[in-house]
Amino acid sequence: MNHWIIAPVVLPAIVAPFIVMVLRHHLDLQRIFSVAGCLGLLGIAATLVAQASTGDIQTYELGNWPAPFGIVLVLDRLSALMVGLTAILALPIVLYAIGSGWDERGQHFHALFQFQLMGVCGAFLTGDAFNLFVFFEVLLIASYGLMTHGGGAVRLKAGVQYVTYNLLGSTLFLFALGTLYAVTGTLNMADLAVRVAQIPAEDTALLRVGAALLLLVFSIKAAVLPLHFWLPSSYANAPFPVAALFAIMTKVGAYAILRVYTLVFGPELDATAGLIAAWMLPAALVTLAVGAIGVLGARQIGRLMAFGVITSMGTLLVAIALFTPEATSAGLYYMMHSTLAAALLFLVADLINNRRGAAIFPTHPMQQSGLIAGLFFIGAIALAGMPPLSGFIGKLLVMDAARESPNYWVVWAVILISSFVVIVGMARAGSQIFWKSHDAEHAPEPADDGEDVMPLPAPPEPQPGLAFASVFALVAGLAALTLFAGPATTYTEGIANQLFAPQTYIDAVLKGESE
Amino acid sequence: MEFLLASAVGVMTAAGIFLILRRRTFPVILGLSLVTYAVNAFLFATGRLALNAPPVLNKYEDVAYTDPLPQALVLTAIVISFGMTAVIVMIALSAYLTTKNDHIDISVDKKTGEER
Repeated sequence: MNHWIIAPVVLPAIVAPFIVMVLRHHLDLQRIFSVAGCLGLLGIAATLVAQASTGDIQTYELGNWPAPFGIVLVLDRLSALMVGLTAILALPIVLYAIGSGWDERGQHFHALFQFQLMGVCGAFLTGDAFNLFVFFEVLLIASYGLMTHGGGAVRLKAGVQYVTYNLLGSTLFLFALGTLYAVTGTLNMADLAVRVAQIPAEDTALLRVGAALLLLVFSIKAAVLPLHFWLPSSYANAPFPVAALFAIMTKVGAYAILRVYTLVFGPELDATAGLIAAWMLPAALVTLAVGAIGVLGARQIGRLMAFGVITSMGTLLVAIALFTPEATSAGLYYMMHSTLAAALLFLVADLINNRRGAAIFPTHPMQQSGLIAGLFFIGAIALAGMPPLSGFIGKLLVMDAARESPNYWVVWAVILISSFVVIVGMARAGSQIFWKSHDAEHAPEPADDGEDVMPLPAPPEPQPGLAFASVFALVAGLAALTLFAGPATTYTEGIANQLFAPQTYIDAVLKGESE
Repeated sequence: MEFLLASAVGVMTAAGIFLILRRRTFPVILGLSLVTYAVNAFLFATGRLALNAPPVLNKYEDVAYTDPLPQALVLTAIVISFGMTAVIVMIALSAYLTTKNDHIDISVDKKTGEER
């Protein structure tokens, strides 16, 4: 058995308690171990991506119990990509949290961060539906702590809403799993796929209820309209580096939809075939449109970015809902892009918020205004999907894949118009924040002789170099994704082909049964 | 038996959802607990209801047994929902103590758009 598969779960699971129990009073050591943990995760993820790129599906049977009786972790190309994306995202964010001093503003930031990584990686790797629920809970309970990190009245209130919404989502998840177990008698995803296909058509009422409930649960996670209400106020009030990490959490929902509705309730299954086609595509299009309107109307920088995340989830889910290998490949490319872009925007939002507050309203000029404006501009271009960055390539691929669909003109119209609205919204916010603040009425009083430039105070971050370096690392990530779009799309095509041939996955997991 | 369990799950879920839609945190948390109790009872029933049957196989004689997996699932679900309820009570309590009110909504200043 390949023990590398469990390493992304075990490593943070060791680092986090070590930080809590041994290093509780040593912030410097906590930082060193947390960064080392993220570096280790990056190394493990690189190994896993290399192993998965051969196209073999490997399994890891916990406690050596054969599937479907024990819990299995499964490494295929999609899981490897998601773990890799998590690791790539985690490193700049943890460095930014150190550089901006966010990890000093409350207790246990690094421990919770590692627990969050453990939950996310576990959710991507598991091959068991109930285990997916457990890893969801692990990542959620860590996110509750991170979301309220630093305290403050509004943040705590937003935290209560966030926990309530997710607790209800978890309960719904349990109802869905219970229904599926009652119908099929198993919770292993590969075994579910086999059993579901064998159920006679007239007995599928409960199965369809279970499938619809499961889709609802994952839609809550992925912030699909009308289940997106938790996202704007949670993300806008969370510490912004944490919101940047949460960029991967909505993708957990998208991943779960993709996994379950290609493997268990595949496109060929008659009982649930209408579910995705009839509901997912319209919901994704409305999500995209409403997200764009939210970007246009936002009065706070956190909300602006949060609605930006909703538009990117809309585009991603449009690609997923088309349910063809080409569209899925395009969607996966767009997902890599949008995760990095959303994280970049939230970190820029934090830089702005530290200097002049969160309101999108002309106030006073800020330190390093030009540099931050440049970073905001790059992030806005990436989010809106303008050339030359990868957002453009991603949206182009999604639209190209939508040509096969009978409703392609609706998809095209919504994507193009919402991109335009996002451009207007980001331009409005950017000019209010960066340009109007320099107008005469808002400018600071000139010094007596009229020539001395007022010295600006030092940047609010304790280590501004590290903070900016980690933001630039994300920009570099976007640039690399643009430059290496060819190899990246080849890899995502491999993923899509693997996803739409679920029999290999089933054979890989259930091999013990035939022996 | 089936009717009793089904109606218990239904009533608890309905009451829980009613309470979750209230505007103060205390009834909302009560509602969440009720819904989690309902789902625990529901999970227990997914292995079919059996009376006087232990969830273990007996290799010496042929006796009836009940499906042990839902019982394990319920145990996990109970532990998780209990822990989550404790977390939300703590967060709600600190929100109440810092803002001096326990409304679940965030009020927004109409003029400045500021939240408080």
